[in-house]
Amino acid sequence: MNRQDRIDALKAAAKERILILDGAWGAMIQRRGLEESDYRGDRFPEDKYPGQMKGNNDILCLTRPDIVTDLHNAYYGAGADISETNTFSSTVIAQDDYKLDEQSVWDINMEGAKLGRAAADAWTAKTPDKPRFLAGSIGPLNKMLSMSSDVNDPGARSVTFDEVYNAYRQQIRALNEGGVDLYLIETITDTLNCKAAIKAIMDLEDEGMDKLPIWISGTITDRSGRTLSGQTVEAFWNSVRHAKPFAIGFNCALGADLMRPHIAALSRVADTLVAAYPNAGLPNEMGEYDEQPEQTSGAVGGWAKDGLVNILGGCCGTTPDHIAAIAEAVDGVKPRDPVPGKHTMRLSGLEPFEVGA
Amino acid sequence: MTNSASQNFVNVGERTNVTGSARFRKMVTEGRYADAVEVARQQVENGAQVIDVNMDEGMLDGAEAMRTFLNLIAAEPDIARVPLMIDSSKWEVIEAGLKCVQGKAIVNSISMKEGEEIFRKQARACLAYGAAVVVMAFDEVGQADTKDRKVEICQRAFRILTEDVGFPAEDIIFDPNVFAVATGIEEHNNYAVDFIEAARVIRETCPGCHISGGLSNVSFSFRGNEPVRRAMHSVFLYHAIPAGMDMGIVNAGQLDIYDDIEPELRERVEDVILNRRDDATERLIEIAEGFKGQKGKTAEKDLSWREAPVAKRLEYALVHGITEFIDADTEEARLASERPLHVIEGPLMDGMNVVGDLFGSGKMFLPQVVKSARVMKQAVAWLEPFMEEEKQRLGTVDVSNGKVLMATVKGDVHDIGKNIVGVVLACNGYEILDLGVMVPAETILDTAIKENVDVIGLSGLITPSLDEMVYVAAEMERRGMVQPLLIGGATTSPAHTAVKIDPVIRCAPVVHVSDASRAVGVVSTLLSEDDKPGFVTQTKARYERMREARSGGPPKPRLPIEQAREARLKLDWDSYTPPAPSFEGVRTFEDIDLATLARYIDWTPYFSAWDLAGQFPQILEDKIVGEAATSLWNDTQGMMQQLVGEAWLKPKAVVGFWKANSVGDDIHLQSGEVFHTLRQQMVKDNTRPNFAMSDFVAPEGDDWIGGFCVTAGPQAEEIAKEFIEKRDDYSSIMVKALADRFAEAMAEYMHERVRKELWGYAPDEDLGNAELIKEKYRGIRPAPGYPSQPEHSEKETLFKLLEAEDRIGVELTSSFAMTPAASVSGLYFAHPESVYFAVGRIEKDQVEDYAQRKGWDTRKAERWLAPILNYDPFAVD
Repeated sequence: MNRQDRIDALKAAAKERILILDGAWGAMIQRRGLEESDYRGDRFPEDKYPGQMKGNNDILCLTRPDIVTDLHNAYYGAGADISETNTFSSTVIAQDDYKLDEQSVWDINMEGAKLGRAAADAWTAKTPDKPRFLAGSIGPLNKMLSMSSDVNDPGARSVTFDEVYNAYRQQIRALNEGGVDLYLIETITDTLNCKAAIKAIMDLEDEGMDKLPIWISGTITDRSGRTLSGQTVEAFWNSVRHAKPFAIGFNCALGADLMRPHIAALSRVADTLVAAYPNAGLPNEMGEYDEQPEQTSGAVGGWAKDGLVNILGGCCGTTPDHIAAIAEAVDGVKPRDPVPGKHTMRLSGLEPFEVGA
Repeated sequence: MTNSASQNFVNVGERTNVTGSARFRKMVTEGRYADAVEVARQQVENGAQVIDVNMDEGMLDGAEAMRTFLNLIAAEPDIARVPLMIDSSKWEVIEAGLKCVQGKAIVNSISMKEGEEIFRKQARACLAYGAAVVVMAFDEVGQADTKDRKVEICQRAFRILTEDVGFPAEDIIFDPNVFAVATGIEEHNNYAVDFIEAARVIRETCPGCHISGGLSNVSFSFRGNEPVRRAMHSVFLYHAIPAGMDMGIVNAGQLDIYDDIEPELRERVEDVILNRRDDATERLIEIAEGFKGQKGKTAEKDLSWREAPVAKRLEYALVHGITEFIDADTEEARLASERPLHVIEGPLMDGMNVVGDLFGSGKMFLPQVVKSARVMKQAVAWLEPFMEEEKQRLGTVDVSNGKVLMATVKGDVHDIGKNIVGVVLACNGYEILDLGVMVPAETILDTAIKENVDVIGLSGLITPSLDEMVYVAAEMERRGMVQPLLIGGATTSPAHTAVKIDPVIRCAPVVHVSDASRAVGVVSTLLSEDDKPGFVTQTKARYERMREARSGGPPKPRLPIEQAREARLKLDWDSYTPPAPSFEGVRTFEDIDLATLARYIDWTPYFSAWDLAGQFPQILEDKIVGEAATSLWNDTQGMMQQLVGEAWLKPKAVVGFWKANSVGDDIHLQSGEVFHTLRQQMVKDNTRPNFAMSDFVAPEGDDWIGGFCVTAGPQAEEIAKEFIEKRDDYSSIMVKALADRFAEAMAEYMHERVRKELWGYAPDEDLGNAELIKEKYRGIRPAPGYPSQPEHSEKETLFKLLEAEDRIGVELTSSFAMTPAASVSGLYFAHPESVYFAVGRIEKDQVEDYAQRKGWDTRKAERWLAPILNYDPFAVD
């Protein structure tokens, strides 16, 4: 299958069943008990890259590719249709914390995509009736365009739109060239950052780059039902609809029980697929996630049966066991039908505003 | 909030515009951004739904000022909640703005001024930034002034945007240029008319788009004379909004209420705006000076309304949004009332009803209504301490009769009705937990549980709120909550509650409350152990009856479609030779004598069109409606004489016959077209078959099907319009109702000719009109959209075959309604055993099968078949 075939297969599969995304990577990597030297490998010696590298999980794409491949395999093996590249923080802005140079960031994305591609293709060969897909993970930044970086100056920003745009543009090009099937802009805390990524994709496509489906996944940070940058669910949707996303949804911050109303709200307005991958509950006082696979799968299985979702997976604290349980819980459940598109002008600030046709 | 049809004008705030506001310009050029932010906040508080930000000032670095200001207001949730309009004539300023907004903004503006290439590029950038655009009617040649130029440029831009750039039509706002009128230059006189007429054509020919304009330009030549300018703005909007202008940069303070404009001024302004006479400008200038010092005049006017009785004064204050005297007036009304509550229920509510009426008839605009609401709130706030005191005095303060949660549902900001209900209930000793406006379902239900409330009250004014209420009810059901649910607000109705809300919630009672005065009775009944069960049962039963009345009964078991097909009408085709029609293909019939047709009219539906129920002619003698019916009949006879004598209508018909055979539930024409039919699935306890129309056509061998479309012609609409212009609504309705009757008569007449002559299978038929009405003839003429084929889209096939549009000028709308409206179409079946039947409700198996036959997905079929589904397509199992 070439990439267009895979994209067609992805769209066809989404019509037939609820698709399964993989689960958490951070916790799984932590279990390996890796040392500073594992992260550095030969390529990142201390004299050239001072400071701690441990914790920079994305860099393992270059220094411990075996672990990255193992994790893809663990999730595909658990029944995931889609696994994500290990590139959540692979932008020049996020990697600036580790003082990584531009070429290394490019290489992480490129290698990350190639590792995932190989794993996905191997599984597709093994189970041709269930083709596997690779999503290029495009995570948030530690710098936000809509939020002040200085308590005393509400107008201050630590980064410019153009910087964010260029950082994402570079990551997107590398992921595309590395062979991902779709983009997953995820854990969006600031819609304007996400819009910069969308613009980068649309501009690159205008310039001739292969067109891939876009999956946009925001984060509702607390029970207020708003994103960190203050938008309601519907305002967020109005702000990113122009990307004509393949899927829209939420992930992270909340467990399934608290995420439900926001997914339900999205499900009622989105004329595209709805995706959700909550955390395994809320962390306990030790910062660990206790929710058991059957608890998570019980909750999200209910969403599926209520016709709220098309794609399910797990975020922080979920494991291949959680993913296997979710896959089992939604096996044979009819995916949600997207609501028909409405031809009204839908604007937004922090809240939605609709102008009838 | 959603901008529903009743308030179809978006008010863009213009105070944060350096070109429009000297005060704001001064703040920005002096770097006083904190003050500038306050201007934005006030605008949103005053009801601006979108705020326009413009930094085009020679002394400023526009891009930098735009960035600074937008970043500052992004940090203010009260301001940032509304969308922004990024306004500049410089692209780099616009782009700087786009890089600062997380929401979906509007760009104001782009145009083809510098050619198509730049236009495309900028449009594509707007799309990639995720913004809607205002497109100025401006091209390489210049700014469009005449109607034709405006239309031509906008149409060209629309084509480029939607076809080349891929811009969604609904995100395009055209600004066809509001120019100054009454400038003394003759060529300018028609500018307002040009805008209004261009707006109409653009909305029609660029489907989905919006129209905006800068209102204050139109009155530019009267600058310095605010009263005249205000009148010009209001008159302009009064005519431009119905033409399709749905957005504008407007200062609410620069508008008058249309009905309030001094009549002479209004007439002369209207002459100018509509370019109704050559000396319009002179005549307006003549009197304009007299209005100029209107500050003084306003005071005089004030004096006069201040002299009215207090109830009228309250009404005036509400309508005009004046808070200046409201406390004193409210106090005066309170002193004159037995209880403070009576002030709210009496004069204040009466005043708000006047506001509602003026708004509904397009004579007040949304920003003004927002001001009225503010006055109302202030009056209620004045009364609250007195009501509190009364509660104390009567010793009810700590004795809560029960706890009531009130909320305006998510997506809606209207809270006046809710506040009034809250106040009324509070006065009656209930504890009110008011969650405010835009409250998500989750918050409502979580709070209800946490606070252990006794009743939940939901309010909403706009139509989408209805869906939100259904959702809240469904969530209550999911959570198994038992608190009674009250539904109220302007668009809610007992019918909606019965049909949409009541069925989704079984664990708790739901009651629609039509007004504040009824709320107390309902709540006290629901909280009374003795009265509650009876009331709940009664209400449930009432809603059930309403549902049945609307839906024709609760779902009854249906036969699987395969079983229904086995029970089809099995005609003995071997012993029957289908008659051949006199021609195959399509023929047009014109020049039909109206007097002849008049004999075929069935008058009973004519009376029911006037809400007079009863059979004709007995209805003329009816005890209750007889007098009204007779009077109508006399007038109708008068019009009939004229209508027939002067040949007001030019009815036409087209009839076709085609070779056809049934294939399952479909009818296949030899030419390849297919008519799809639907089969009854009801369980029948007699031996009657489960009909589908395909049963009436032979499965093989020679057989035919016919089709027709008849119309009374477009003339009736024209004549009706003339009557309206003469303010004769009665005759206008009458001529339309008669045209409908003539269309039906034409269908009857043509069918008779078909039977006797064109298909010719009943040449010797001899039936009177009464027998015709009773359908005593052989063969049927069922129409798509009626009980034998309830699915309207089948008309498309029929119309294509009949070439109805080309031959007799009848078209189908996108929802398959015929236009002109006085038209009838249908199929002809000749078999002696063909009968009219009602398909009734059908099951999902047939819907899926039908969808497949039509090449639709199931969802689409469910949409078109919604009225006859025997199941809830949105139900979750």
